[in-house]
Amino acid sequence: MLKDVTLGQFFPGTSFLHRVDPRTKVLLSLCYIVALFCVKSALGMLLCALTLVSFHAASRIPLRTVANGIKPILFILIFTFFINLFWTRGETLLLSWKFIRIYREGVVNALMMAVRILLLVTGSSIFLTYTTSPIMLTDALEQLLSPLKKIKVPVHDFSMMMTIALRFIPTLIEETDRIMDAQRARGASFSTGGLIKRAKALIPILIPLFVCAFKRADDLAVAMECRCYRGGEGRTRMTVLRFSFADYLLMLSGAALIAAVILLNRVPLGISL
Amino acid sequence: MPNLTEPVPLIETRDLSYTYPDDDPSDDVPAVKNVSLKVYEGEHVALLGHNGSGKSTLAKLLNQILVPQSGEVLIDGKSCRDLGEDDLFDLRKNIGMVFQNPDNQLVATVVEEDIAFGPENLGVPSEEIRRRVDEALDAVGMREYAKTSPHMLSGGQKQRIAVAGILAMMPRCIIFDEATAMLDPSGREEVMETACRLNRERGITVINITHRMSEAVLADRVYVMHEGSMILSGTPREVFSHIETLRSVALEAPAETELLYSLNRLGGDFPLPALDADLCADLIAQRYRETKDHG
Repeated sequence: MLKDVTLGQFFPGTSFLHRVDPRTKVLLSLCYIVALFCVKSALGMLLCALTLVSFHAASRIPLRTVANGIKPILFILIFTFFINLFWTRGETLLLSWKFIRIYREGVVNALMMAVRILLLVTGSSIFLTYTTSPIMLTDALEQLLSPLKKIKVPVHDFSMMMTIALRFIPTLIEETDRIMDAQRARGASFSTGGLIKRAKALIPILIPLFVCAFKRADDLAVAMECRCYRGGEGRTRMTVLRFSFADYLLMLSGAALIAAVILLNRVPLGISL
Repeated sequence: MPNLTEPVPLIETRDLSYTYPDDDPSDDVPAVKNVSLKVYEGEHVALLGHNGSGKSTLAKLLNQILVPQSGEVLIDGKSCRDLGEDDLFDLRKNIGMVFQNPDNQLVATVVEEDIAFGPENLGVPSEEIRRRVDEALDAVGMREYAKTSPHMLSGGQKQRIAVAGILAMMPRCIIFDEATAMLDPSGREEVMETACRLNRERGITVINITHRMSEAVLADRVYVMHEGSMILSGTPREVFSHIETLRSVALEAPAETELLYSLNRLGGDFPLPALDADLCADLIAQRYRETKDHG
């Protein structure tokens, strides 16, 4: 069950998007996110969606994987949809029943919000986590944020912590499955009873999970020490990042996307809000 | 090796003792007690002992992850007491360590990036790291898995990656701290085969900490620990002829030796120990033929 969660995982590959400089991908997804928040028109949203689709094609990640990645955010998606649907006040009343009033603006708003979140999550997964190994990603962040070192921000330490956290996600998920099986074998049930009972049923999973995680952390620290880890100072990297022509082109297209979206907001053709 | 001028051991310990710090100092039992041993360059040494015999603690003392309370560790004849940080990392680069749990020693999410972790920490130039990573992958026969993520690999494969990660630091010695304990039989075979090959072909000193006799037999020299003390040492033949001593510390000789020992107790007179199945079978077959001829 837990293994199905594909959000935030890396899928090794050799596609175009896999090979792009991770720094470019970080900047590109930043542009993409900014664009998504600027969008006020259906056309602009369509443009963002098209960008996503074309990059998805360039990533060669199976559609199923992307679809599985949506599962964990489904609740948030539906929740925001209905919140926007019911709570947006507008001029054209579409439906009025008891205390529920649905306006045309509400429908548009809800749809836009849902699509926005959907595009945001799938987009950033495709740009970043699915196609960029966490080490490359943290490398990119470390390099992009390295100016902050001057004001004593421990950039390397943060990126190391992130790498390790990402590395152990699948391991801890496996462990959780194993602990759940073990507790089931002892007669525990995780799928019956009310919310509180189910939440309580998680305690016998979380405690062994935490104990194991601490043990792992301890082991890993020793193993890292044995491999001469001593922080970011004097450290070199196997892959040195260099921007190529394609990278500049991609960054330019990111900026173009923001510009296009802002322009499209002004086009009366789109359903503007 | 008997030599006129005795060579300087790669690793030597003199009266090494270590007690884990505890909240209650009254019942402190030392994990390692007055251990002295010598490991020469290019040797394959097995360190045997039951759970809690102090063998893993000893390993951590050897590369200064733990600092002994008394006694000292000498590397190339130089004492490791009061090492500066640079010397300490130089030592750990030379004496790599592979641990029991394959999951808890891989840092990166891609095999080759994990192998690069050691040399990156050492500040090796990028092209050189690339070369070392490829070479290490070849050495453990995992080239085709370079871009795989570690959690997709089997236990034996993960351990081989861990070995490659150490190899990329170009160590002179690798300590296997129960590296096969969590593996299935084929995984154990993979790791031991790799260890023996590195020892044979590259002259890398191997210290294998284990409680498996079948692995200890492969070593040039065997040390046996019990409750923190070194109780036996010698070639596998020497050590495994002390069957009673081994049994008294809840260890067993290899199955072949145990078999002959049992036969001897029933009146046989087989020479002990027999370390591999072929030799054991030969001995029994020979005795069988003799009795048939006489009978």
